Amino acid sequence: MSASGTDRAADARTILRRPFFWLIGVVIAAFLWPALNGDVELRESLLLAAVYITLASNLNIMLGYCGYINFGSIVFFGLGGYICVYLMSAHGWPLPAAALASGIAVSCLALVFGLGILRLRGAFFALSTIGVNEAVQAFVSNFEPWGGSAGIYLSTELFQPLGGPARALWIIYFLLVAVMGLSLYLSYAIKSSKFGLGLLAIGQNEDAAAVLGVPTPLFKAIAYSASAFLPAVAGGLYFFKSAFIQPSDAFDLTLSTEAIVIVMLGGQGTIAGPALGAYLYEELRGWLLTSETFANFQLVLAGALLLIIVLFAPGGLMRWIHARWPRLRNVLE
Amino acid sequence: MLRGKLAAAAVALGVLAAAPALAADDEITIGMTLSQTGPLNVDSVAQMRGAEMWRDEVNAAGGIKAGDKRYKVRFVSYDDQSQGGRVQQLYTRLIVQDKAQFLFSPYSSGLTGTAAVISEQYGKIMVITGGAEPKTYELGNKDLFQVITSADHYLSGAVDALHAKNPKAAVAFVYSDDPFSKAVVSAAREQAAEAGLKIVLDEAYPPNTTDFSAIVNKIIGAQADALLGGGHYPDGATLARQLYDQKANLKWATILVAPGNEEFATLGPAALGISVPSQWESQAVYKPDFGPTGAEFAKAFKAKFNLEADYHSASGYTGGAILQHAIEQAGSIEPEKVAAALNGTDVTTFFGRVKFATEAKRHGLQLAHEMVLAQWQNKDGKLAREIVWPKSAQTAELLYPLH
Amino acid sequence: MAGILASIVDGLLVGAVYGLAAMGITLIWGVMNVVNLTHGALIVAGMFALYIATSALGVPPYLALPPIFVAGFLFGLLLYWIAVHRMIGRPPLMSLLSTFSVNLVLIGLGTAVWGTRLFNVAVTLPGVSWNRYTFPGTHILAAGLTALLAGLLYLFLYRTRIGKAIRAVADNREAAELVGIPTTRVLSLAFALGSALAGVSGMLIGTMFPFTVLSGDAYQLKSFVVTALGGLGNPTGALLGGIALGLIEGLATPFMPVSWTLVIEFGLFVAALILFPRGIFALRRW
Repeated sequence: MSASGTDRAADARTILRRPFFWLIGVVIAAFLWPALNGDVELRESLLLAAVYITLASNLNIMLGYCGYINFGSIVFFGLGGYICVYLMSAHGWPLPAAALASGIAVSCLALVFGLGILRLRGAFFALSTIGVNEAVQAFVSNFEPWGGSAGIYLSTELFQPLGGPARALWIIYFLLVAVMGLSLYLSYAIKSSKFGLGLLAIGQNEDAAAVLGVPTPLFKAIAYSASAFLPAVAGGLYFFKSAFIQPSDAFDLTLSTEAIVIVMLGGQGTIAGPALGAYLYEELRGWLLTSETFANFQLVLAGALLLIIVLFAPGGLMRWIHARWPRLRNVLE
Repeated sequence: MLRGKLAAAAVALGVLAAAPALAADDEITIGMTLSQTGPLNVDSVAQMRGAEMWRDEVNAAGGIKAGDKRYKVRFVSYDDQSQGGRVQQLYTRLIVQDKAQFLFSPYSSGLTGTAAVISEQYGKIMVITGGAEPKTYELGNKDLFQVITSADHYLSGAVDALHAKNPKAAVAFVYSDDPFSKAVVSAAREQAAEAGLKIVLDEAYPPNTTDFSAIVNKIIGAQADALLGGGHYPDGATLARQLYDQKANLKWATILVAPGNEEFATLGPAALGISVPSQWESQAVYKPDFGPTGAEFAKAFKAKFNLEADYHSASGYTGGAILQHAIEQAGSIEPEKVAAALNGTDVTTFFGRVKFATEAKRHGLQLAHEMVLAQWQNKDGKLAREIVWPKSAQTAELLYPLH
Repeated sequence: MAGILASIVDGLLVGAVYGLAAMGITLIWGVMNVVNLTHGALIVAGMFALYIATSALGVPPYLALPPIFVAGFLFGLLLYWIAVHRMIGRPPLMSLLSTFSVNLVLIGLGTAVWGTRLFNVAVTLPGVSWNRYTFPGTHILAAGLTALLAGLLYLFLYRTRIGKAIRAVADNREAAELVGIPTTRVLSLAFALGSALAGVSGMLIGTMFPFTVLSGDAYQLKSFVVTALGGLGNPTGALLGGIALGLIEGLATPFMPVSWTLVIEFGLFVAALILFPRGIFALRRW
């Protein structure tokens, strides 16, 4: 057996030994649970949770690692949705190709935009991301080939290649779970790489990092572009499933604000944090919406709860868990 | 003697045993989302109130009669927060978990379009009282039924009325850049052109525009006689106010949705003369085939909620009433039979005439119901809406020019 | 031509009020590096305060300005101690979250109480007419009051001891503490001042346009745009930035379909950020 072969086998064994890897496996298995008992309602809630986890994990790359607040991260999701839906409805592309194409297209666009706005720091960067989202939304609302402000309706025929609407929904669900899993893995892969180390250095003190030799503009641009890919694919899948996309839904700023809240709630810079935060947040909102007593006050309660967590358990849930059970630091990152 | 008494006792026992079975309450569940929070809140809640009033009346009368069974009506509803993203999840929950047999639409065309995807996937009948945009019905559906007039007929009355008063009027179309308003104006534009009216301005503004100064200046600059447009709630009201503040002095202004609400009166003098296409007004004098008259409905609504009924509540009520009528005609609650009954419906309620299109390419579109044009006028020193068009439903003369 | 001039004037007038709204945000951001996401709710609070003052209490609209200022100030103090104090010195994201959650609570309460009904404060003021166009009296007076308030703010920041203390803390908090300035008190004061400005701008907007509980969002967004144009922590810049934004909105409309206004607005916004990171009007710091 060659030396590199042994290395690779050793690497594989190391990964398998890391408890966190198994944890991700368990999470994914949990998401696959509805498949076993055909529980459609559970699948719908988990689908939303998977979307939130995807958005939050990818946001974490800019927010948690680099320390750059992306208020308008939803623009990746919306644009991905539009490109995928457009390719499928107007040009008859099959779903996998369209979703992949939208991911690639949006990352490239992000790279171009990023080169411009990543020169800004702190608050200015944050504001510019809002500007990008609003500008894109305003543009799409005027762009007739994409339906303008009326949006694009998908006819049910487009579900036929996937075996009809009911079966298509399951397939899309599994694809979204896969995208979620990839997002978690991407977070992990970046964090444990030299690239990730560079990003974290930028997050700590960008000027020091630059002085120490980290190619900050390049790294930031790559991070920004990378954080756009999976949300765009998720957007394509999600809006295909909804069979309807319009600008006000696709570029809804409240969704990216929620993503920020989720990352902060769970613990920015950690890997499990966004996932934990997304899951809890979805459960909380869902429960508030459907509970008779609280339906009228769901915004108030959500806000109050968030405030309490922020005031008394800052650094998010994960930091609190790490502080109380230091042993878990190795397991849950 | 003893045998007689035993027999009587046996019969009595038998009746007592059977009585619970006879008195058993069968239920049908109707599911819907409403926008309890978010910008669509006002009209959505109004629609819900109308539906709730229908449900309470039906249950008080013993339930819907289907064949020889009676069904009480139970609502299950969730807050969709005026957001499309939640609608699909919630309608799936309504169908799968809450086992809703029938569905009502959310409020607004955008949300209805999203919900319709789910109702069609599961083959559930959805009665639509809040989605006027016709595109939803053109995608090939079997179970959507639109009770209200569709968007492309919203402004036909206004264009007719304007043409009757001034065949050479210069018209400005200024409307919100959203699916509903665009659908309304695209039909009205054609109609105006055919009627020979001159179109001097045709612009869509971003839906969340807060300041219309420059737009009003554009209208003034174009020397328009009449304005047709608007969109939804806050923008329509703001536009009306700024037209007044900037002394645009239009001879005619029809604005969508916003002036249909009681609170429009808070604009004071700015509200005077503004007209609005309305699905229903309490003064409308349709003769119903069944159910209450317009006046009776308005009175009962006021008594129940201490609020004036508007067309959203009327449409919410009528959605329930039409569904009930179809179930009674079909004699069962089975979806195919009810759908067939709905397809064959051609009735007049206090809301107006209701008949659905049955061709596949636009199934469910409302064919018979008509809008009335209501105008804010001074009545005994107070602002109130009067029906000014069509002439057959008029309660007051059309005020033209406004200034 | 007349139409264009009219729109320019209108843009200037409304833009001034945008600037006032933004002054609240930029002050807080510049002094304590806190992004106040409650800004929109404070603006709405100002609108409702005006409504309550005029309809329930019968106060003439513009006389309500001083009490609303004071109320906004006190409310800002409360907000500071509840949500912001513990976040000073922490990563800016935390103050973002805390103010965001307070915003949720306030808007949620507002919606629960008032729904999203429309409110209007009818103010009758003679306007100024020119050619075929009229400039509403409310807009003119609002712009005038804004100029007055901006002037007062400038005097406060540059001519009073407290104002100088605020600027010192904004410049370098540790140094200010070393010199003996009670930083916490100063910070709370600055936050309260920012809130008061937001509330008053809401009140002025309420005299011009109808509003609902949700109206604050659009103005909060505009405030961010203005802050970027005017430079962080620079109240004069905020005023100029607001006027610039109003001008852009006014100028765009006569020349192109109105639906493109937002594309222009945000496109310029991003371009301005990239090309002028310190703000176009950051003539000098503070």
